[in-house]
Amino acid sequence: MKFAEFRNTERDLYLFQVRIGIAGAAVLAAFAILFARFIYLQVIQHDYYHTKAEDNRISIVPITPNRGNIVDRNGVVLARNYSAYTLEIAPRKVADVEKTINELAAIIEVRPSDRNRFKRLLIEAKGAETLPIRTRLTDEEVARFAAHRYRFPGVDIRARLFRQYPFGELASHALGYIGRINDRDLTWIEERELESNYKGTDHIGKTGLEQSYERELHGTTGYEQVEVDAAGRGVRTLSRTAPTSGNNLVLTLDLALQEVVETAFGNRRGSLVAIEPSTGGILAFISRPGFDPNLFVDGIDPVSWDELNTSLDRPLNNRALTGIYPPGSTFKPFMALAALETGKRTPSQAIFDPGHYDFGGRRFRDDKVGGHGMVDMYKSIVVSCDTYYYTLANDMGIENISRFIGQFGFGARTGIDMEGEGIGVLPSIEWKAKRFRRPDQQKWYAGETISVGIGQGYNAYTPLQLAVAMATLANNGVMFKPHLVKYIENVNTGERRFVEPQPLKTIPLKQENIDVIKRALAGVNIEGTGARAFAKAEYTSGGKTGTSQVIAIKAGEKYSEARTAERHRDHALFIAFAPLEAPKIALAVLVENAGFGAVAAAPIARMVLDYYLLGKKPAKPAPADEAASDGR
Amino acid sequence: MLERTLHRIAAPIDGTLLAIVGGIVLLGLITLFSASYENPGRFSAQFANLGLAFIVMLVASQIPPQTLMRFAPPAYLLGMLLLIAVALFGDVRNGARRWLNLGVTGIQPSEIMKIAMPLMLAWYFHKREAVLRMHDYAVAAFLLAVPTLLIARQPDLGTALLVAAAGCYVIFLAGLSWKIIVSLGIGALASLPFLWGMLHDYQRRRILTLLDPGEDPLGAGYHIIQSTIAVGSGGFTGKGWLNGTQTHLEFIPERSTDFIFAVYSEEFGLIGNTLLLTLYLALIARGLVIAANAPTFFSRLLAGAIVLTFFTYAFVNMGMVSGILPVVGVPLPLVSYGGTALVTLSFGIGVLMSVQSNRKLVQT
Repeated sequence: MKFAEFRNTERDLYLFQVRIGIAGAAVLAAFAILFARFIYLQVIQHDYYHTKAEDNRISIVPITPNRGNIVDRNGVVLARNYSAYTLEIAPRKVADVEKTINELAAIIEVRPSDRNRFKRLLIEAKGAETLPIRTRLTDEEVARFAAHRYRFPGVDIRARLFRQYPFGELASHALGYIGRINDRDLTWIEERELESNYKGTDHIGKTGLEQSYERELHGTTGYEQVEVDAAGRGVRTLSRTAPTSGNNLVLTLDLALQEVVETAFGNRRGSLVAIEPSTGGILAFISRPGFDPNLFVDGIDPVSWDELNTSLDRPLNNRALTGIYPPGSTFKPFMALAALETGKRTPSQAIFDPGHYDFGGRRFRDDKVGGHGMVDMYKSIVVSCDTYYYTLANDMGIENISRFIGQFGFGARTGIDMEGEGIGVLPSIEWKAKRFRRPDQQKWYAGETISVGIGQGYNAYTPLQLAVAMATLANNGVMFKPHLVKYIENVNTGERRFVEPQPLKTIPLKQENIDVIKRALAGVNIEGTGARAFAKAEYTSGGKTGTSQVIAIKAGEKYSEARTAERHRDHALFIAFAPLEAPKIALAVLVENAGFGAVAAAPIARMVLDYYLLGKKPAKPAPADEAASDGR
Repeated sequence: MLERTLHRIAAPIDGTLLAIVGGIVLLGLITLFSASYENPGRFSAQFANLGLAFIVMLVASQIPPQTLMRFAPPAYLLGMLLLIAVALFGDVRNGARRWLNLGVTGIQPSEIMKIAMPLMLAWYFHKREAVLRMHDYAVAAFLLAVPTLLIARQPDLGTALLVAAAGCYVIFLAGLSWKIIVSLGIGALASLPFLWGMLHDYQRRRILTLLDPGEDPLGAGYHIIQSTIAVGSGGFTGKGWLNGTQTHLEFIPERSTDFIFAVYSEEFGLIGNTLLLTLYLALIARGLVIAANAPTFFSRLLAGAIVLTFFTYAFVNMGMVSGILPVVGVPLPLVSYGGTALVTLSFGIGVLMSVQSNRKLVQT
């Protein structure tokens, strides 16, 4: 034989056949196990499983609860449900989805955006039994489909509750939106072992309050025991456990105030957060531009989605919560307080400001050419003198600054009842050592402390942090946890669960020092950089303007608004509280790339205070770009 | 002329095998008709799948094992390349899965491996000719492990299992010494806790669910509970064709694909099960006889591995449906709806036929 020279073919064949025999024996054994299992199930346990199968004629159908409404502090409804008919396709029961849609389109209008949205849903919501191809059918469309229903197995009309945000863009970043449950949401549900409560639920809160209060808003799913016939259709209901509607959220937010601000912003980008200092309740929470949350409810169509995502204005960014910006001169009152508390300055101690401050061979410029002359603490805040704070920062050192400033919540999460809060940067030696890799970058340089003193440098905070810091100062050092929900209302019992104001801490401050700073902040709005915006105000108030640099200006070069590309222009800021005695409101406002705080941001703050304290609505939108005053 | 061509094509067809396969396919179609009552499109689509599968079987039966052997390394390499492509493509979120969901024709690369793996290992052992040494087995284990891990990572535990099984069968049939087999077995038992740690959460849950399906009746245990009820309530004679309540009240998930055996078992009972088991057993027996009589080392190993893989399909699927094995995505061979597995299986059957018909050609 041919192979004999290489190997013992006969022996090989024999060995192989032994192995085949063993394999055959194993196969027989495995099949014997299966056979034994079949006998066990089908003969020995047959009665038991027979009963089980009979019981299966009763099927349990989940009943989705109504989602709770969201209303503002005055009872204006911001998010609610309405009932509408949808045309739904069960993808698993339809052989050719594309063809079915084409045939449906002959009866009922199906727009290209409906198709695109449906395709997106097919990919995202894989687990769903049925998916809507059209929502909000008219009565006529319902009737027309009903007449053709027999032609479309796996397609049906359903009455569903839809989420609606009656005010569209208004307060969109506070409310967030709900959308169809996707894989990530499923993980969230599974981690909390809420699977059974989400049977029958298609939507879940994705961002904002809709997300953070999902468990309150959702409610408890009910069940119906239904006897089904051989075709699986329900014959009669045997028992019913009613669902429990989700709880309503009543917000601290004032929609009218929100509207005043959003109108004032117009097309400008930015953020405003207004807080009640004595409770931490948020009165207005603005991030502009906003978006229409209604777009997300039925699944957003890809065109709108791309538009929202690729827009340079980044409308989906929650600037108030996650945007981080240098605070600019709004940082100065906190610096001044630090100086008083640490004993580095007395109120009357004055420096001479020649218009610049020289350190380590570098010249730090003051905004005013020629300087402010003799400057004490009051004047330093009122005219926003940079040199005073360059000197002060150098005297205090970065560690003293960050230790004191950190007490006001800068560079730490405020704990607001919303997810995804930004942290920002409170610069310190430790922070820099962690932030950078190279040893020469990790070292803190004394020169870096100087720009920190005027709210520039590594300083970066969210508008929310700035507002909380302002509120804490207005409240004499007692910091409350910011929150948007005033109380949670049980729809069935009417029981109200109030969100108790939660004092986070009391910063140990001397009242006389606080008073010095407050007097100076009041001076800003009377005779300083905020005076123009607060002319003829019928209440007392304190404020501070700020302008934060987006790009660094080279030494020796003066910032020119006209020369700088729009998106490289400075951000305008303003923080304020009013009235001076027993403040009712504190706020921080930031207008992106708008230039001086006194011009762009302070007037918006004025409108907020006018409205909140006096009920006055602004006659016209905020003046856009007037001639620059001398404010910084 | 035409007659002669037809005769030549028909020559390698093994009548016994074809008859057994025909019997199983017929049972499958009857069951699918019942299982897909609310989606009749599947029944007619399965005819197209069967037509394609028959052609693939015919073609495979015409290829002599010597020719097949030449294709072994390229097929394996192609499979590996595609697997790597899927692994990279899969990183682009939902990549591979979407491709399949959209139903674009084409088979999964992991499916190619089901054939390419035994081909490659049989080729390798054949090429080593003389007595196989330890390092040959090590190389084989490596060739086996890489694609298996790639597939398991996708994650597709069912296919990974079948590919690994196909490779292991080749190694076993090639004569790996019992000492090593036993020590590997002990090693595998010892590394179970480690493997447990590597499993995905959902995979662990499936195994735990098998031990106690009542734990999560609406979640992972649902499949097992409902399919066991279907099998058990079928009883000795079954509820009769089209009369399965579990099936027709939609309690059985995936009832035309992976869980079709529940439908069959419910409607045809223990008698039906015995018939199907007998048919599978006959097919496997015939295949083992073909393997045992094959002339070359290559064709023996290949034929043996193909038959045993076929057995694995059947055993794992029926074991899963009757609740003694965890839920993995393995179809019931020649019965479950779907073209991919059908084509792979019929290719394997074609190869068996080719091995059988070329039995004497080489020896003389």
